[in-house]
Amino acid sequence: MELLTNLTINGLATGMLIFLLAAGLTLIFGLMDVLNFAHGGLFAWGAYSSVWFYALTDSFVLAILGAILTGVILGFITEKLIIKPVYGNHVQQILITLGFMLVLTEMLKVVFGPNQIAVRTPENLVGSWEIGDVIIIKYRVFIIIVGFLVFGIFQYILKKTKIGLIVRAGVLNKEMVQTLGINIKNVFLYVFIAGASLAAIGGALFAPYSGVIYAEMGMEYAILGFIVVVIGGMGSFPGSLLAAILVGLVGSYMAYYVPSLSLAVNMIIMAIVLIFRPQGLFRAKG
Amino acid sequence: MNTLLKVDGVHTHIKQYHILQGISFEAIEGQVSVLLGRNGAGKTTTLKTILGLTPASQGRITFRDIDITKKPTHGIANTGIGYVPEDQGIFASLTVEENMKVAMRKEDEATLAKREYILDLFPDLKTFWKKDGGLLSGGQKQMLAMARAFVGNSKLLLIDEPSKGLAPIVIEKVMEAILDMKKHTTIVLVEQNFIMASRIGDTYTLIDNGETVQSGLMQELIHDEQVKRKYLGIG
Repeated sequence: MELLTNLTINGLATGMLIFLLAAGLTLIFGLMDVLNFAHGGLFAWGAYSSVWFYALTDSFVLAILGAILTGVILGFITEKLIIKPVYGNHVQQILITLGFMLVLTEMLKVVFGPNQIAVRTPENLVGSWEIGDVIIIKYRVFIIIVGFLVFGIFQYILKKTKIGLIVRAGVLNKEMVQTLGINIKNVFLYVFIAGASLAAIGGALFAPYSGVIYAEMGMEYAILGFIVVVIGGMGSFPGSLLAAILVGLVGSYMAYYVPSLSLAVNMIIMAIVLIFRPQGLFRAKG
Repeated sequence: MNTLLKVDGVHTHIKQYHILQGISFEAIEGQVSVLLGRNGAGKTTTLKTILGLTPASQGRITFRDIDITKKPTHGIANTGIGYVPEDQGIFASLTVEENMKVAMRKEDEATLAKREYILDLFPDLKTFWKKDGGLLSGGQKQMLAMARAFVGNSKLLLIDEPSKGLAPIVIEKVMEAILDMKKHTTIVLVEQNFIMASRIGDTYTLIDNGETVQSGLMQELIHDEQVKRKYLGIG
C-alpha cells in the first residue's frame, strides 16, 4: 500500500510537470497551428531563472514569479522573431524552432555555466508527512496542487472569459474569428506568451523536484510534452491534463515494476491511442 | 440614395491564378444587392476580397467612403461589415450563446436590443441557446450564422449562398428573415437560387469569368430572358 501510494503521488507529480509543459504546446498548436520545438528551451529557462531568483531573494514565490517573467519575455521574443515569419509553414517551423532550441540551450551554458546545478527544495516544502505506514513527500503534493490550480485558472479563463471564448473560437476557425473583427495575431501573441509562461512555471517546479538542473533538460522533457499533446488531442487543454497524468502514472509504475520498459512505455501508449483514436483522447471539434 | 460600398475594378490573384479580373459594383444603403453568376464565376471570391480574406491585387474598395482595400480582415470587419460564409463558419463546440458572444464587441443596450430583435426573428436559436452550434440542423446553423453577423454592429452584411443545401420551407424562412433584416442593415447577397434572389434583391450584378458583365435593377433582369439564359442558364 505504501509503495503504491508513493508511486501514485510520484506519478501524479511528474504528470503535473509534464502537463505544464504540454498545456502551452497544445494551445500553441491548437490555435496557431505552430509546431514549437523550442518549447522545451522555455521550460529549461524557467528552471534556471527560478533558481537564480531563489538564490537572490530566498523566496520560492518570487522565484516562480521570476520564472513567469522570464517566460513572458522569452515568449514575446520567440513569437515576434522566430515564429511570426514562419506561420503556415510546418517544415520551416520545425527547422527554425529546433535551431532556436539549440540557441536557448547554449545560451543557458553561456549565462549560467556549462555544469549541472544542484537545487535545494524550498525550506517550508522540505520533508514529508507520515500517515500510518505511508510517507508522503511534501514537495510532490505541492506540485500536484499547483498543477491542478494552474489547470483550474486556465480552465476558468478559457471557459468563463471573453478572451478565453475568443481563443476557443480561434482554435476552431481562425478565419471566421477575424471576420468578426478580432485581431487573431494579437490573440496568437497572448496565447504564445501564456504557453511560454506555463512552460517556465513547469521548469521552476521541476528544479527542486529533480534536485539538479542542466541545459539539455528542455530537450529531454519537450519530447514528453509532445507525446502528451498527441495523446490528449491537439488543442485540448483537459486532454493534456488527462494524458499527462496517464503518462506520469504509467511511467512511475513501470519504472518500478518493469524498469526495462519505462522509457518505451510512453511511445507504446501513444501508438495505442493513435491506432484507436487518431484524434487523441480529446479533440477540439471543428 | 447613399452608396455604402463601392467595388471598383477589383482584381484578385490566388497563388498563380487570376480569379477576379475586373469586378465593379455598388451597394446602396438599405437595399439588397445580389451577385449572380454561374458556379466558379467569382462571386464568393468577390465577398472574400471585400473582407480582405483574399486581398485585391488591383482596384479599390471603399466602404462608407473609407478605402478598405489594403486593410486587414479584422480591421475591415470593425468598420461595420459582417460576413456569413457559404459553410456558415459555426464554431461547432461553442454553444449558440457563445457563438453570438464572440461576435458581440460590446454588451451595451443597443447591442442587446439587436440581439433580442434577431432572436425574435429566429426563435429556434432561443430554444437551442445552450446547445453546441455543431449539433444544430443546417437551417438553424444558417440562422445562427446570420444572427452572429448581425449582432456584430454590422452596417453591411455579406451573405454567401444562404439557401444552399436547405429544404424549401427553410429557404422560405431565411428569405423572410433577410427581408426583415433589410430594414436595419444593407445586404450584399451571393445566391444561385434565382427565385430567391429575384424576390429579395433590389439590384443585381452579373459576374462571369471573374468580371462584372452588367449591373442594374432586379426588376429589369427578371424580364430579360436573353441575359438570364446566357449567363444563368435559366429562362
